[in-house]
Amino acid sequence: MKIIACIKQVPDSEAKVKVENGQITWGESPLVINPFDEYAVEGALQQKEAHSGTVTALCIGPESAKEALKYALAMGADDAILISDPALEDIDSIGAARVLTAAIQKIGGVDMVMFGRQTLDNGTGLTPAQTARFLGWPMLGWVGRITVEDGRVTVERVLEEGRQIVKAKLPAVLSIVQSIGEPRYPSFMGIRRASKATIPVWTLADLGLSAPTAAVKRVEIMNPPVRETVCQIITGDTPEAIAEALVEKILAEKVL
Amino acid sequence: MKTWVYIDHFKGEVQPSSWEALGLGKTFDSVTALVFGSGVETLVKAAFEYGADEVIVVDHPELGDYRAEPYASTLSALASSHTPDLILLPTTARTRELSAMAAVDLNSGVLTDVTAVEVNGDQIVFTRPIYEGKVLEKTICTARPIFVALRARSFPKPPRQEGRSGPVIRAEAKVDAQSIIAGYSTTEASVNLGDASVIVSGGRGVSNNPALGLDEKATAQKGFELIGELAAVLGGAVGASRAAVDAGYISYAHQVGQTGKVVSPDLYIACGISGAIQHLVGMRNSKLIVAINKDPEAPIFQQAHYGVVGDLFQIVPALIAAFKKRLGK
Repeated sequence: MKIIACIKQVPDSEAKVKVENGQITWGESPLVINPFDEYAVEGALQQKEAHSGTVTALCIGPESAKEALKYALAMGADDAILISDPALEDIDSIGAARVLTAAIQKIGGVDMVMFGRQTLDNGTGLTPAQTARFLGWPMLGWVGRITVEDGRVTVERVLEEGRQIVKAKLPAVLSIVQSIGEPRYPSFMGIRRASKATIPVWTLADLGLSAPTAAVKRVEIMNPPVRETVCQIITGDTPEAIAEALVEKILAEKVL
Repeated sequence: MKTWVYIDHFKGEVQPSSWEALGLGKTFDSVTALVFGSGVETLVKAAFEYGADEVIVVDHPELGDYRAEPYASTLSALASSHTPDLILLPTTARTRELSAMAAVDLNSGVLTDVTAVEVNGDQIVFTRPIYEGKVLEKTICTARPIFVALRARSFPKPPRQEGRSGPVIRAEAKVDAQSIIAGYSTTEASVNLGDASVIVSGGRGVSNNPALGLDEKATAQKGFELIGELAAVLGGAVGASRAAVDAGYISYAHQVGQTGKVVSPDLYIACGISGAIQHLVGMRNSKLIVAINKDPEAPIFQQAHYGVVGDLFQIVPALIAAFKKRLGK
C-alpha cells in the first residue's frame, strides 16, 4: 500500500494572527503542521500498519515548511517531499491541486492520497476534491474510518446528517476528520530519524509544470471589526432568581 | 449578470442557507435555481416560492443519493452550455466538493465561506474570513463562472411566497459516479449547527457533578440531557467543545471550534465551557453570547455578553423552567 499524506504548514492555532502594515503577521508564534493534516498522517499510518507499505508526506511551501514534513516523519511517515518554487507563492486551490497531482503522478503507483479536511490559513477545503478531479480518482471526503480489502476501500463519512458508508475502488483521494483517532505523538526514535532526514525539494521544472496563474486573487486584507464586549454577570440568591433575571435579559435582546 | 443558485439538499431536506443564496442572487438580477436529485418536485416548488425566476431540474435515479462526481459533472456540463457569471451555493461539506470539482472542469474559481459580496460594475469583490476569522480577505475571481459558497446566516433569508411558480427546464444528468453508497449509520441523529439560530453547548463541566454519584461519562450524559432540553425549549441545536468530544461525552458532529464547526447563531449559550481559543474562534461571531461556568476566571466570560458564575446542573434546569414559563411552553 503506497499512501501519500498531503500536509501544509500554518501558524499555530493559538497565534494572534493580524494585519499589520498591509501584511499578515503572527508575531513570535511557531509555524506548525496544519492540525487537520495530523489526522491525515494518522489515517495514513493506520493503513500502513494494517496492510504494510509506505507513507510519504507531501507539502507545498517555502524551505521552512520542511519542519512540518519533519513532524510527519517523526510521527512515522517513511519519507517526505517538499515542493517549493517562488512561482507558487500566490497560487489558488486549483493551482495547488494541479501541482500536487503532478507530484503524485511523478511518485507513481499510489493507492491512497489523504488530506486534512481544510487548512487553518485559507480554510477553503477545496484542494482534496480538486486533486481527485485532476487525477480522475474517486473523492471520499470527511472520512472517520477506513477499511481496505481487495483493492477496494470502504469508508465511514462523518457528515452533518449522520454517518454514511461509502465504497470505492482504489486509487482514491480521502479527506480525514477527527473521528479517525487522536494523532499519535512523535516518538523519540521518530524525532531522531526526522532530524537526520534529507528532504528532497521538487521545483515546478522537476514536475514539468509552468507557473500556474491563479483565477482567485486577494485584493485586500483587513482585521475584523473589534467587538467590545463587557460581560454582565447575572447574580441572584437562588438559581431560579438568576435564571429569571437572565431570561429577562435575553428576551430584551430580541434574539429569539 | 447571469446568476445561478444551487439548492443544496440531503435526501430532500434543503440546507436552509440555499434560500439565503437565492435571496442574495435576487439582489443582482433574475435568478435560475438548480435542483438535482431524484423525485425533487417539492424542491422545485419551494425554489419558486423562495424567489427563483426559473428552475433547471435534473431528476435522475442515479442522483438520488448525493455523490461528488455525477453532481459535479452535471453542474459543469450545464454551466459550460449556459455560461452563467455567478453560481451561488451555501457552504456545506457537499458544496465544497461539488464546486471544487466543477471549477476544475470549467477552469474557474471558488470562494468559500463568503460573508459579503460587493458588485461594482464588472468587478465583484467577495469578503471571506481566513485564519479562522482572525483576518478578513477581499478577493476577486478573474475566471467565469465564479462559484460563490456563502457562509450560513450571513445573508437574509427571503420570505416564502406560497403558490409562486415559473418556467422549469429539464436537463440531462451525467452519471459517472465513482463510489457506491452502502448505507447510513443511524446511531447518530443529524446535527445542523451552521443553520441553527440558537445553540446550547456543553464542555468539560458537564461531567462535574459529584452529587449525582455517577461516573464521569454517566454524569456527562445527564449534563448533555439538560443541555438538549434547553436547546429543545429554544428550538435550537446542541453544540460541544472539543474537550467534551475528546472525552467521549458526545459525538464529533456537535463540535464547535477550530477542528469542528464555525457557527454564528443569534444566541449561543456556553455551559461548562472554559473558552479555549480553539472554541472561541468557532463561536465568537454569535450575536448574543451567554456563558455559565463555575470558574469566574474562565476566558469564556471575556467573550460573553451575559455570564452566570455557577453550576450548570443548577442553572440550566432553572433556565429551562424560566424559558418555558416566559415562552408559554
